[in-house]
Amino acid sequence: MWGGGKLGSSGGWFLRVLGPGGRNTKAVRPLISSVYVKNQLSWILQIKPGVFNEYRTMWFKSYRMTFSCLNRIKSFRYRWARLYSTSQTTVDSGEVKTFLALAHKWWDEQGIYAPLHSMNDLRVPFIRDNLLKTIPNHQPGKPLFGMKILDVGCGGGLLTEPLGRLGASVIGIDPVDENIKTAQCHKSFDPVLDKRIEYRVCSLEEIVEETAETFDAVVASEVVEHVIDLETFLQCCCQVLKPSGSLFITTINKTQLSYALGIVFSEQIAAIVPKGTHTWEKFVSPETLESILESNGLLVQTVVGMLYNPFSGYWHWSENTSLNYAAHAVKSGVQEHPMSAEFAFKGEAEELQANACTNPAVHEELKK
Amino acid sequence: MAARLVSRCGAVGAAAYSSPLVSCRRWSGASTDTVYDVVVSGGGLVGAAMACALGYDIHFHDKKILLLEAGPKKVLEKLSETYSNRVSSISPGSATLLSSFGAWDHICNMRYRAFRRMQVWDACSEALIMFDKDNLDDMGYIVENDVIMHALTKQLEAVSDRVTVLYRSKAIRYTWPCPFPMADSSPWVHITLGDGSTFQTKLLIGADGHNSGVRQAAGIQNVSWNYDQSAVVATLHLSEATENNVAWQRFLPSGPIALLPLSDTLSSLVWSTSHEHAAQLVSMDEEKFVDAVNSAFWSDADHTDFIDTAGAMLQYAVGLLKPTKVSARQLPPSVARVDAKSRVLFPLGLGHAAEYVRPRVALIGDAAHRVHPLAGQGVNMGFGDISSLAHHLSTAAFNGKDLGSMSHLTGYETERQRHNTALLAATDLLKRLYSTSAAPLVLLRTWGLQATNAVSPLKYLLGF
Repeated sequence: MWGGGKLGSSGGWFLRVLGPGGRNTKAVRPLISSVYVKNQLSWILQIKPGVFNEYRTMWFKSYRMTFSCLNRIKSFRYRWARLYSTSQTTVDSGEVKTFLALAHKWWDEQGIYAPLHSMNDLRVPFIRDNLLKTIPNHQPGKPLFGMKILDVGCGGGLLTEPLGRLGASVIGIDPVDENIKTAQCHKSFDPVLDKRIEYRVCSLEEIVEETAETFDAVVASEVVEHVIDLETFLQCCCQVLKPSGSLFITTINKTQLSYALGIVFSEQIAAIVPKGTHTWEKFVSPETLESILESNGLLVQTVVGMLYNPFSGYWHWSENTSLNYAAHAVKSGVQEHPMSAEFAFKGEAEELQANACTNPAVHEELKK
Repeated sequence: MAARLVSRCGAVGAAAYSSPLVSCRRWSGASTDTVYDVVVSGGGLVGAAMACALGYDIHFHDKKILLLEAGPKKVLEKLSETYSNRVSSISPGSATLLSSFGAWDHICNMRYRAFRRMQVWDACSEALIMFDKDNLDDMGYIVENDVIMHALTKQLEAVSDRVTVLYRSKAIRYTWPCPFPMADSSPWVHITLGDGSTFQTKLLIGADGHNSGVRQAAGIQNVSWNYDQSAVVATLHLSEATENNVAWQRFLPSGPIALLPLSDTLSSLVWSTSHEHAAQLVSMDEEKFVDAVNSAFWSDADHTDFIDTAGAMLQYAVGLLKPTKVSARQLPPSVARVDAKSRVLFPLGLGHAAEYVRPRVALIGDAAHRVHPLAGQGVNMGFGDISSLAHHLSTAAFNGKDLGSMSHLTGYETERQRHNTALLAATDLLKRLYSTSAAPLVLLRTWGLQATNAVSPLKYLLGF
């Protein structure tokens, strides 16, 4: 089932066996080890069973790897790629294990999460500027005051805190309770953030019922490549959004380049990202994302690429979306029930009528 | 930058800086101290201006700023008739900064003097350099330090909801957060005042002068040496009223003497000379002092024939090539008397901090760099630091960043170190070059000065 010893062809390379992708939380971990030696390459894999709080270790000794074998590996992986999930949750418990081991390292700005810290220079202005278009008069110093934002998969609160500092009321959710503990502890020292941010250990599905149509914005940054069921996830995102609310997603594209640079280079060679963080099969291309979003009533406004320079440690916007990219989508403004008092910003009655999406910003940027 | 790369390559955070004074305090849970977003330690010209710049910044409307000043509050009900002897030359860039938060208007309503020309010449030769702007725009402004302080204090009072100023408050202890983010220890800087009160802050800005307590507590290395010179300042009355919009500076072998205009009849003196001579100047009676000043500007006793001939040769050549660039040496106005009790001396030195920033700490003004007054750049470099740091902090605040984060602090440090190091080195070089009367060096600087005067682009490179 897990494709233990499958070989592509006699001359083919056998890549690896992934640990259980978390199809259900009570899975027994099989002890799988597979050794295949061919020419100069030797891959040794071992997955320790039953050590749930430990970092899942995979050792690769890949010194010389050519792109031709990459292609063969990719085509092989593609076959058993789709993970079977019959559960209702979008949370991948394998991913939970990975992040559990690193829960205390979130706030070290020069540590392993440094690229995420530095990504804030792109994603915070991206979210802020797109939200400011919907606010007629914003307060200086607290530009996002009055906005309710949900940060799904907030981790240690790296993105939640800047949004809180900009004046928004933010709820951060994450399935890993150690992450929430770290985030909670970190914000407790700042009295201003303590009041503006709330953290909860849960998954998105668990709060859909109680928070339907309450958020002005939902942020799912570096999350969709870790969930099991993307369609359900995005559906839930849409459900918790107010009409004309914004959804912000940053994720990694599913291309050959993202495998080479995003997995092989970043994880295995340069150790920019901890090994095992990402699974290429779960990467989402912008086209797939757009089609799922549109089928859920979310209109995509912007898709823009992001590039990381590992030498300088800074991110840059780019035309090229084949590695990382950010997307902004807006929920269509058709509303089924009367507006509540929350929608009025500073006394301006920007009524969202049931028959049209009145947000001028959305009209400007409607895709062709 | 290199240090950042090293730490990114897996070196532990503590290796990037290790200070003998780092102490980690463990706080279980949140303390009841007020947490300020920025604390500026030192309420002098640069510290008060920094607090103003942040207080008036649009992205800081939600933030809390504290300014700590060890001295008492100086209240200026009425501008005194006599001019103060401590004045500063404010460049147009600094004037722009001061007007950005409304302090320049107060200065204009009090008093200041604009100068349009600057003549710098040598005592050992006829060489001179004349700076002026096209259309004779203002090159700079001479303003008394008290006037600037009063303007800043007034502006600080206007934003007292955001900026709290504590007078007679000296910080006696700084406690730095642990270099590693630890679960239950406070990530802020703790400051303890002399009266026992404590504060916490996300960013500590050290603006406490060249003997900076913040810099010492942070363990930042400081490259410094004392010049064998002291500066004598005084307020002088001119023999006759003139337009007085020229700044004069002459390089004597013992040190530069400068006359800065204050009004039609008054000028301020800054004379850097050896410690003994400075002590003599301050204690000698007023007539002798006035004679000393006049002869320092007018006497040609240090001229030698050799240098005069060599200088005349180059001048002739320049006259052939660029007839419009020959400037005739003008003489500064003569001095009639000196204000009683206005003669003061203070020692001079150079200083430069090896690092301007550490996590949650930044140094500005004299705490970061100390310079010889011969170029009139000391406070202007401080104001330049303020512009840069305020810009970086403003952008960081608008991006919701943690204000004490190194990512934008290193941006400030790189920008200012580049500029300040060059200026410091140039000023030190000029001081050494003009401290001698050895013929080869005098020849070099004579020709150099004449050539620079003739080549306009080079003059503008110097910032004029």
